[in-house]
Amino acid sequence: MKDLTQFVNCKILRDHKIIREDLWVRNGQVVDPEKVFFDEKIKANIIVDCQDHLIAPGFIEVQINGGMGFDFSYHDNTEEGIDAVAKSLLSHGVTSFCPTVVTSPKEIYHQILPKIKRRKGDRNGATILGVHAEGPFINKDKKGAHPENCILEHDGSLSTLEKTYGSMQNIKIITLAPEFPDSCKLIKQLTNNDIVVSLGHSTADLAQGEDAVNCGATFITHLFNAMLPFHHRDPGLVGLLTSKNIPKDKIVHFGIIADGIHTHPAALRIAYKVHPEGLVLVTDAISALGLHEGKYKIGQLDIDIRDGKAYVAGTNTLCGSIATMIECVKFFMEATACGPEFAIDAASFHPAKLLGIENTKGTLSFGADADFILLNDNFEIDSTWIAGQKVWMNQDINH
Amino acid sequence: MRLVILETAESVAEWAAKYVMKRINDYNAGPEKYFVLGLPTGSTPFGMYKKLIEYHKAGKVSFKYVKTFNMDEYVSLPRDHPESYHYYMWNNFFKHIDIDPKNAHILDGNAQDLAVECNAYEEKIKEAGGVELFIGGIGPDGHIAFNEPGSSLVSRTRVKTLAQDTLEANARFFGNDINLVPKQALTVGVGTVMDAKEVMILITGTHKSFALYKAVEEGVNHMWTVSAFQQHPHTLMICDEDATLELRVKTVKYFKALSDVHQKLIQEADSVEKFRIFH
Repeated sequence: MKDLTQFVNCKILRDHKIIREDLWVRNGQVVDPEKVFFDEKIKANIIVDCQDHLIAPGFIEVQINGGMGFDFSYHDNTEEGIDAVAKSLLSHGVTSFCPTVVTSPKEIYHQILPKIKRRKGDRNGATILGVHAEGPFINKDKKGAHPENCILEHDGSLSTLEKTYGSMQNIKIITLAPEFPDSCKLIKQLTNNDIVVSLGHSTADLAQGEDAVNCGATFITHLFNAMLPFHHRDPGLVGLLTSKNIPKDKIVHFGIIADGIHTHPAALRIAYKVHPEGLVLVTDAISALGLHEGKYKIGQLDIDIRDGKAYVAGTNTLCGSIATMIECVKFFMEATACGPEFAIDAASFHPAKLLGIENTKGTLSFGADADFILLNDNFEIDSTWIAGQKVWMNQDINH
Repeated sequence: MRLVILETAESVAEWAAKYVMKRINDYNAGPEKYFVLGLPTGSTPFGMYKKLIEYHKAGKVSFKYVKTFNMDEYVSLPRDHPESYHYYMWNNFFKHIDIDPKNAHILDGNAQDLAVECNAYEEKIKEAGGVELFIGGIGPDGHIAFNEPGSSLVSRTRVKTLAQDTLEANARFFGNDINLVPKQALTVGVGTVMDAKEVMILITGTHKSFALYKAVEEGVNHMWTVSAFQQHPHTLMICDEDATLELRVKTVKYFKALSDVHQKLIQEADSVEKFRIFH
């Protein structure tokens, strides 16, 4: 008989509400206890006392460049870096993620991308859902921390992309700037191949953004950052949050870095107020995530960590955050007063929906993967679970 | 027949829960000797379940050696529908207590052959040794379980077509659309409940007061099926003040004068049996 585990003495986040309910897990999935009771007539053989903690879906991170000193866009030690970050993410409540590779030379893509394979998580690290390729088909005027000499133009054909990336098998998300010719044609082909197209590092105006969305783009990369600032006569990509020229049933999701540095709390509140259902929390964390102040490498660039912020070396250009997902969730919750239900959803259910996996990830509905976290009243992560197995425990609060 | 008149619906729920707890605890149930309980659904017993859960969590009562048989279930309503009695029992009672799922029985309104299902249910009750305490509520038309007005008073578990009154009363649970209300139900018969060693019926609210009057002051009548329990050796009706509004003053006074005896029924020290002789 397969183990049937009942998590008792807990609250759970289900259907956007926190309710007092037990969570039942078998074979790595959340099960409906009513069916077990009446159909199988059995009780759970393992009882886990959650000490009144909140059980929430594990976080899904769709934009993370590295961490623990490793950079996913650096070619020497990709597997080692992926393993190290996947493991450390467990302590941040992240159970699935999309390793992000920034604009890089063709040879780097060809070397790195085949090494970042989709895989199921376990105690060795969070699930890998596919690579987020941020660039190189972006706008030089909004390059941010991306190396300008590696930014490329495309001709609207998949074969050009394949030449650049090599195999696209491991790619789940591509960030591109939609203002160039044949973008629509390219977006259609990518979405037909089950790749999520995200708009970013772009000077697109609203009309160009709307065209891209109508062609299949569903995401905006780190809203407000590396795009035209909001202007009342041309609101740019930010205007997509309230556009009336896109299908009503379509949700445009947008990533937002709620680390307290990359996006002002007032801007967080604006995004939250006007388009809550599209809001996806991302960290955009870089290799220095989990490290102290000093000099590090992001892709082909050198960076400095000063005062808890990451800059392109010798400049004042921000190049990514070093905040953890749980910190972003907390900061967002405090900045917007949105309540824990929404803040957690924004880091779990929303990204799952963006990726089209909301029936199995980012939710505790029956039949979903049992990827979840236990949070105490201070919103500290007590433990992280993947497929119903405990994969990380907070030693600081569990003596 | 005893009629216990209490102040409010809450006190009815509490009294009923205490009585059930006391009967289970007095019984000394064990692996060789299960206490068999008949159970209702609906808004009246909801408070009783809540109290029983509270007593269970406080360690005062265990359902480890209790078998339950529910009275009824809709036909062809998906089991996970919020109005199904499976859903009700799971969410309002079973998931909170320590009952073994093997011992919790509810009629399957989605069974291939409903007649077979009903006959098998009677057999299961018999195998369990009969029901020790059957708890029921009633409808404003005096129906017990889904034994609608006009049901045979010796009926057994069967498929029953619901009365128009019942459909209308239940429409509020189905988005006020009477077409969505199931038209049939499986229900234990009046005879099935009569076979229980003891029957406890909960009646609260002014809208049930006419039914209580019919049950207590009028004769046995198959148009008010609950009245059949006048002839049961151990019937306990628990009602609130509101439900007594149609009763005669002398009836109310008579039963209220017995309230000391009634209180003793739920006191912890003495066995219920000791008070059986007082009526």
